[in-house]
Amino acid sequence: MKPAIALSVENLSFSYSGKKALDQVSFKICAGECTLLLGPNGAGKSTLFSLITRLYDTHQGHIELCGFDIKQQTRQALAKLGVVFQQTTLDMDLTVMQNLRYHTALHGMGRKEAMQRIQKELERLNMFDRRFEKIRQLNGGHRRRVEIARALLHKPALLLLDEPTVGLDVPSRLAIVDYVHQLAADEKLAVLWASHLIDEIYPDDHLIVLHKGQIKANGTVDDVLKITNTAMVKEAFYNLTQGEQA
Amino acid sequence: MNMMHYWRAMWGIIGRELWRFVTQRERFISALVRPLVWLFVFAAGFRAALGLAITPPYETYILYEVYITPGLIGMIQLFNGMQSSLSMVYDREMGSMRILMVCPLPRWFLLLSKLLAGTGVSILQVYVFLGIAWFYDIHAPWQGYLWVLPTLMLSGLMLGALGLLLSSFIKQLENFAGVMNFVIFPMFFMSTALYPLWKMKESSILLSKLAQYNPFSQAVELIRFALYGQFNQHACIYTLVAFLIFMTAAIIGYNPSKGMMVKKGGG
Repeated sequence: MKPAIALSVENLSFSYSGKKALDQVSFKICAGECTLLLGPNGAGKSTLFSLITRLYDTHQGHIELCGFDIKQQTRQALAKLGVVFQQTTLDMDLTVMQNLRYHTALHGMGRKEAMQRIQKELERLNMFDRRFEKIRQLNGGHRRRVEIARALLHKPALLLLDEPTVGLDVPSRLAIVDYVHQLAADEKLAVLWASHLIDEIYPDDHLIVLHKGQIKANGTVDDVLKITNTAMVKEAFYNLTQGEQA
Repeated sequence: MNMMHYWRAMWGIIGRELWRFVTQRERFISALVRPLVWLFVFAAGFRAALGLAITPPYETYILYEVYITPGLIGMIQLFNGMQSSLSMVYDREMGSMRILMVCPLPRWFLLLSKLLAGTGVSILQVYVFLGIAWFYDIHAPWQGYLWVLPTLMLSGLMLGALGLLLSSFIKQLENFAGVMNFVIFPMFFMSTALYPLWKMKESSILLSKLAQYNPFSQAVELIRFALYGQFNQHACIYTLVAFLIFMTAAIIGYNPSKGMMVKKGGG
């Protein structure tokens, strides 16, 4: 059976005061697929995320989450979405539990269900014992874990991660990369991960290379290497973006 | 999406704001110090300079401290409304606003819940202020303390909606100083909070007209009458209409397809 499409983006364009940030972008992500979105600074990654999360309005093109049009069926679509933004979006003066309870309230979960979900997600990330600590007391890696746990509380079908490992030390970074890949495989979760770190890519991942608002490559790691006639992703990326740093 | 979802989300937002307020002791104290300084220092000094005639809702001659109290209640709510809008701008810059905006509920409902939360905080502040004022011999009839509650709700919503509207237009946190100078101070000083309309008319007709049409004046009068067990219908309708206008404009401002969010290039 063909896996369900979690995210479908078709002919998406977006401009800031006449300057094109995205130009005819189209791609699909299926359940259980981990897709890395690679692109140099200014490639349009953040704009794409803002459009998928409906922080910006879609003027040209079409975005669907699990078959729900983000513009026409916004609430149904957003209910399927879990997001980890680049900047931390936790309330520093509240505890881990209070932050997560706030999120479950926003998603309409009752107390009992919320507590069960929070326990499950925190235990998976070895954070349950720290649930009564204030976010301010946690280090960067642990804060990120809390944000990932939060994004999964309402059982989304698609997880968006906007450079979630920026500023983390190597062990914390690797742990998060590993955990998210495992989630995609075990829970059949679709993942769209914006990154500029090549070593976060696993061999089975899908890649989308975005440059100056356009998709330069879209496919499995092998596909992209074949198209660019290269042996390593780093080289392929370099060729596709004409030498710009990720 | 059922009603329970709305209910839980609203209480989640209100509970978070109230919790933040009571745990941030500095914010609680500074919110009270401002009106208390006005009451203990400014009003005491001004008492001799300003003679007040008997005007409704007062039935006898009153001290200036008594006159100024509803104005200071308005001041608490005005500053609280602006503080909420400041925190919205801060949240937007820091990103935590995004969590609210990507939750599966209509944006107008999320903004209204935020507004209710801010109003709840301001009402808490007002009652603590009234408690302190009571020990300073500023007494209203006991029923007044109950009657004033629904009016505080309306005035708090109106001033909060104004803050919300401003926050949708403010690009960066730094621009907030402009709001202080161009919104809060003119609104407060060009109102009936500190001096009655008839007194203002004696010195400037234009100023008294501006004060009369200032929605903050109407909110203060609504509170003033309610505190003495009377209902000021005109002030109530005026405040309600102002709330509806500010709220509608704020919702448009936060709408991704119509508002300022795209122009700001940030969410």
